[in-house]
Amino acid sequence: MKKKYIAAIIIIAIAITMIISMAGDASTYVSFDEARELSEKGFKKSIHVVGELPKTASGEVVGIEESPDKLSFKFEMLDENGMKQQVLYAEPIPTDFTRSEQVVIVGAYQGDKFVAEKILLKCPSKYQEEPEFTS
Amino acid sequence: MIHYFEGQLGHAFAIIAFVSSLLAAYAFFKGRNQDAKWTAFGAKIFYVHSFAILGIIGTLFYLITNHYFEYHYVFSHSSKILPVYYQISCFWEGQEGSFLLWMFWNAVLGIILINTNKFWKAPVMLIMSLTQVFLASMILGVVIFEVKLGSSPFMLLREVIDAPIFKTNPNFIPEDGNGLNPLLQNYWMVIHPPTLFLGFATTVIPFAYCIGGLIIGKNKEWIRPALPWAQFSAMILGVGILMGAYWAYETLNFGGYWNWDPVENAIYIPWLVLVAAIHVMIAYKKSGSALKLSMILVVASFILVLYATFLTRSGILGNSSVHSFTDLGLSGQLLIYLLVFITLSVFFITKRWREIPATKEETSTYSREFWIFMGASVLCLMAFQVLIYTSMPVYNQIANFFGFDLNLAPPTDIYDAYSLPQMILAIFLAILSGTGQFFWWKKMDRKKLKAELTTPFIISLVISGLVIVIAKITNPYYLILLVTCVYSITANAKIFIGVAKSNIKLSGGSITHIGVALMLVGILFSSGYSTILSTNYTSMVWSTEFPEEVNRDNLLLFINEPRQMKEYSMIYRGIRKETREDGYVDQNELTLTPDPLKVIKNGTDTLTLISPENSFFEVEYHTKEGKEFTLFPRVQINQAMDMIVYSPDIKRKLSADMYTHVRTFPDPDQEPDWSEPKEIKVEIGDQFFINDYVATLERMEPIAEIDGTPLNQEDVAVKAVIEVQGEYKNYLAEPIFVIRNREFVGRIDDQVDDLAFRISIQNILPQENAVLLAYQTTQKDWIIMEAVKKPWINLLWIGTFLLVIGFVVAIRRRYLEFVKMRDKGVEA
Repeated sequence: MKKKYIAAIIIIAIAITMIISMAGDASTYVSFDEARELSEKGFKKSIHVVGELPKTASGEVVGIEESPDKLSFKFEMLDENGMKQQVLYAEPIPTDFTRSEQVVIVGAYQGDKFVAEKILLKCPSKYQEEPEFTS
Repeated sequence: MIHYFEGQLGHAFAIIAFVSSLLAAYAFFKGRNQDAKWTAFGAKIFYVHSFAILGIIGTLFYLITNHYFEYHYVFSHSSKILPVYYQISCFWEGQEGSFLLWMFWNAVLGIILINTNKFWKAPVMLIMSLTQVFLASMILGVVIFEVKLGSSPFMLLREVIDAPIFKTNPNFIPEDGNGLNPLLQNYWMVIHPPTLFLGFATTVIPFAYCIGGLIIGKNKEWIRPALPWAQFSAMILGVGILMGAYWAYETLNFGGYWNWDPVENAIYIPWLVLVAAIHVMIAYKKSGSALKLSMILVVASFILVLYATFLTRSGILGNSSVHSFTDLGLSGQLLIYLLVFITLSVFFITKRWREIPATKEETSTYSREFWIFMGASVLCLMAFQVLIYTSMPVYNQIANFFGFDLNLAPPTDIYDAYSLPQMILAIFLAILSGTGQFFWWKKMDRKKLKAELTTPFIISLVISGLVIVIAKITNPYYLILLVTCVYSITANAKIFIGVAKSNIKLSGGSITHIGVALMLVGILFSSGYSTILSTNYTSMVWSTEFPEEVNRDNLLLFINEPRQMKEYSMIYRGIRKETREDGYVDQNELTLTPDPLKVIKNGTDTLTLISPENSFFEVEYHTKEGKEFTLFPRVQINQAMDMIVYSPDIKRKLSADMYTHVRTFPDPDQEPDWSEPKEIKVEIGDQFFINDYVATLERMEPIAEIDGTPLNQEDVAVKAVIEVQGEYKNYLAEPIFVIRNREFVGRIDDQVDDLAFRISIQNILPQENAVLLAYQTTQKDWIIMEAVKKPWINLLWIGTFLLVIGFVVAIRRRYLEFVKMRDKGVEA
């Protein structure tokens, strides 16, 4: 019987280690202000910021700057508190970037710049139907 | 005209399916203790139920093939131009249809169970019918006591969507549907979901035997009939998962076959637990130990399938997954489904717990049970590790429910979160699957073990040493994983040879283990050593703002301009369309017709497009010896859904896959920026430059019609024929100059897309025998692409085949055992 208990204790110990590292690996959704605070405190890990792209009254997205070789770009993003921040992204502009309704960026401040390593776009029409009918 | 009848018929079938499953469950419950009358009645009702399901599917398919866009399901998931084989895919794009698919398989499996079981018929079918009750309720779409039960696929568009047009014209029917999500327009998407759902459906069978057995007090006898089904389920589920991985590899543009997406994880978890369950069940059959563990694992695998269903369909994953379904408001119903089956299982397991004797004797380290138990533990730990990470959105919801904000986001480093821990556990798995086999087949002690293990141990060290040196492996984890996998392969090969000599029918285990080890090696190389060929090749520094460690993985290619990338010279040739008759055809040679499927090539031949949504980028790989191969990565533009989807193209070589996909290209909807027009005066026969290309004004020709429309008598038109030498071929530009009614001047320019210019005739100067041309230039057509080399990915697919073969051998053996005992009448 004894060995069974030893095995059980080892398995439970491993499982608890997993739970602890899970809590450590989880990222958080924050605003730009909180993200800046975190990076000033020396927190180096990537976080998620949810927001949208600034638009003119006529609905045109502004603040996008593309590199001449098209391989990277900078853009401005408003977080959920409405704070504007320039974001650097070392990937080409996704084709449906300006059509997105919501943008989630994963990354961190490096100095006073926000460098994104991943961008998730939520496009309004994906997977949900809001058809426009003309009679 | 709205077709009301078909929808009502389908809805009626849905209600019959629900009621009949309820009735069947009741009849089988009554018949559970070998009551032949009730059991036979239950079986009849179950046939009615199955017929009703066929009715629902038939009706829905009828609506789809006849393009009845007044129905919401048809409108949202199909369109007129969709080929028939993709019309089938419409079923699983929507939640309701995928529930239908699941029910369909359950019905098929139920009929098989009715016809292959005697003793177990009623208790097993009781559980089967009960799952059908819950599944049927998901597509019921009726309101009972103000609670909406299920979401019917037979809802009219106007009942679902609140568009103003329905107020003015309730009988409005849209001309065309939204079409199928471009991601699903792939042949794998025709076969992958049915396979996966067959896997889903089969997990209920071992569960049904287990709970059915506990209900009637046959606490241990359920294992024999359940075992072959558990193996079948693990095989189908495994194949389904890998098909999904292959689909992702071929279709999605994240660059791999596995992304640790919550939807992928949700199925991987029960699969691992099911495999663990199979091992423990086999151990029970051999030595009578670990019955309780078998029960727990069999039940857990099915509960985890229900949990996966809940995760992917309740909308709880929200932002964290690319391919979860839209929330249909079924989350409450799904949660009840999950909780009912958890309660049922916990109740019956605790009820019978005391009746099951505990194993008395101490398990020795040299016993096969010990090794099996270790293997099952590692499998369960792997499942647990993925489970706790994937459930993060659930923690957020639970926290919200108790009134505080947890705010957990998915881990940003996928390697640390999933790949590394899974790899470490896989190392143990490889060691155990190699060593455990020896304990399985022979009684072992220290001496014998040494004798058995020495040979495979030495062989594997030699082989992995060679591979490590050749492949230059330095990462310690990769090193250990490789050595242990090679060990597992050699050890199992030794076992296989030994077993095959005496009875090949028993060799399923060793074949499967070799397959798994090969898969692990394939994953190790193709993922761990996948190299981005296109990285950092345009080392132009645009902005010093970027930190240095940011990798630039992509390559910009302008049309017809070669660019070096590692050992390859890359050339982008332009956009192609895929035609039935001529294969890939240059888009510039095609003109559209009113029929979206028909195009005209060079003004003469009519060709048929395979899919009008698809465009392909022709990309050539050249080496010093010349052109090596051409790839056609794809972009799909779905106007109705406003989606742009890129898919890779893959050159498959024996030792590596060359994976190429386009990241972005100029938006076809956007008019390019043209330069200021430049005027140039030329005489016939003159050579001149346009956008750095040599051009010759060959001749001027009077013409009698423009674009097929004849000119009026008063009109005069002339075209200039200009030949332009491109990098690889010559192009003709033919601008037109018209004088209408002797006074109005019209200029029709001609555009050469490949050379990025357009030219027009400004004026004709008869005195000077010359024409005044004007041209404008723009940016050349371009793509940004990524090229990745994935070495030895074929080992993953070969391993998968071996896994399947091994399972087939094992299933056959265990099923024949069951049949033999059943026919002897000693089923329980």
